Amino acid sequence: MEHWRKSAGAFWAGFLPPTLWLLAFFFVPLSLIWAFSFGEKSGIIDIDLVWTFENYARALEPLYLGIFAKSLWMATITTFICLLVGFPVAIGIVFAPPKMRMWLLLLVILPFWTNLLIRTYALIAVLRTRGHVNFALEWMWDHANSFLTLIGLGSFSLLGERFEPLQMLYNNTAVVIGLVYVGLPFMVLPLYAALDRLDRSYIEASLDLGAGHIRTFWSVVVPLALPGIASGIVITFIPTLGSFLTPDLLGGPDSQMIANVIERQFKSANHWPFGSALSFLLMYATFFGLAVRALMSRNEQRGIR
Amino acid sequence: MALLSRLRARREPIGPLDYYRKLWLRLIMIGTLIFLYGPISTLIAFSFNDSRRNIVWRGFTLKYYEKALENDELIEAFTNSLTIAFFTTIVSVILAALAAYVLWRFRFPFKAAYEGAVALPIVIPEICMGVAMMAFFARIGWPSDLPWPLSLSQITIAHIAFSFPFAAIVIRARLESFNRELGESARDLGASEARVFWDIVVPHMKPGLIAGALLSFTLSLDDFVITFFTAGPNTVTFPVKVYSMVRFSVTPEVNAASTILIGLTLVLTAIALRLQNRNNMNMQA
Repeated sequence: MEHWRKSAGAFWAGFLPPTLWLLAFFFVPLSLIWAFSFGEKSGIIDIDLVWTFENYARALEPLYLGIFAKSLWMATITTFICLLVGFPVAIGIVFAPPKMRMWLLLLVILPFWTNLLIRTYALIAVLRTRGHVNFALEWMWDHANSFLTLIGLGSFSLLGERFEPLQMLYNNTAVVIGLVYVGLPFMVLPLYAALDRLDRSYIEASLDLGAGHIRTFWSVVVPLALPGIASGIVITFIPTLGSFLTPDLLGGPDSQMIANVIERQFKSANHWPFGSALSFLLMYATFFGLAVRALMSRNEQRGIR
Repeated sequence: MALLSRLRARREPIGPLDYYRKLWLRLIMIGTLIFLYGPISTLIAFSFNDSRRNIVWRGFTLKYYEKALENDELIEAFTNSLTIAFFTTIVSVILAALAAYVLWRFRFPFKAAYEGAVALPIVIPEICMGVAMMAFFARIGWPSDLPWPLSLSQITIAHIAFSFPFAAIVIRARLESFNRELGESARDLGASEARVFWDIVVPHMKPGLIAGALLSFTLSLDDFVITFFTAGPNTVTFPVKVYSMVRFSVTPEVNAASTILIGLTLVLTAIALRLQNRNNMNMQA
């Protein structure tokens, strides 16, 4: 690699355009809301920069602290479910015949390339009270009922007077389902990468020496795949924590996450300083996650040496 | 015969490491694929369904596609989205190519920090970037009543800021396979910097440029959150329009419109993946 001074003209010609764009249209906007987060609302759109911590203090009020806790909790559950489902899927892909492997991997990544909004909408169409899941349940209910009538138990209405559709939308469960739907590919990819690198002779040795599959899984596979697991957890957790669309469309009034509160502060509530403070708290949480991941990958590299 | 040998192969006992052939694992994988694809496939299937109730199959029809194509607001939103994606792609690819080239060719102070800064738009939560852009344009007093297509400038600027770092990563990966000596010898033989860049570097970057362009295009076309915050009151993009329709109700028109967008994205992604594959194969060769 050349030192930049050797051809300074070429360096600046290539360096300046992307850098200036990033400065003007990314770092300046971020700095602006960073400054706003220490400001005070003085009119409908006026914000006085008074360097107060009041907005951050307000984020510690029980209401907002509760929403933060709830967001963390939802992201944790989502990540956990993704790990629980993603691990067997990753194992299945790794041990699939080589030809199938690429296809299976592609199948898992493909939803990632369809629009998030459309995927969420598809979930609404399936889960709503008059959606496909309830339709299937009703069909099963009808048939079970006619079966009961057939064997002479129809008059007891064992399954209730009439079919009650399940309320699957506009609650926390719906949000978690939606977040898992979005997050699963994020989890499977790093797990796949880690398991693919794993030396299979370790598993064979463990099985040969008399350990069962479960013991082998916990004492050989999991410790060796730990970096991939950690990476998958962070990669799934971060976007989940900041997700806006899923809780907005699938959640009820009590399943708001941080991003929804931020949106409200910037749009309907029109309190930008507070919204900015919340944005930065969310960003600090993100950076914390990324730092954890960087630290772990550094430790891993040290371990290999 | 082939079938017979296949059947025989099936009957081989499951080896200790044949996890893929274990029943429980297959069930989990099939369940996961149903979970991932069930909703999208029903959405696509029911866009062809001849019933407003959108739940019972009543025969094949294309009338909701016709309706979607006759819906002026939808078409306007779609045109806006394509226009934004087009300009985003052009600017993103130029900025990304320059950034990738500089990172590949030069050593300079704080280079690692600079690389981190360029990747930042990829990692920060979308909502934070969205509100930041919204506050920024409001604060600098960006005019919101410009004539089309300038009325799309805010959204386009925001899209470029988050999509060129993605494109830069793709192009940078392509440059790894470039032989530095080619550029150096051209310079020794008297070619100017610009000449070397155009005649030697750019042709080599080309598959990366195309893949980066397709990536920027899809990212821009698909983006909802950042657009939602930077769109003025009179500019509607396709995802924003679909969002307002979805909030309202579940209808076959939305299914049809969504199917069109899914199709478009899939085609673009398939082309990008193919190019990338060819790229990798060239590198191995």
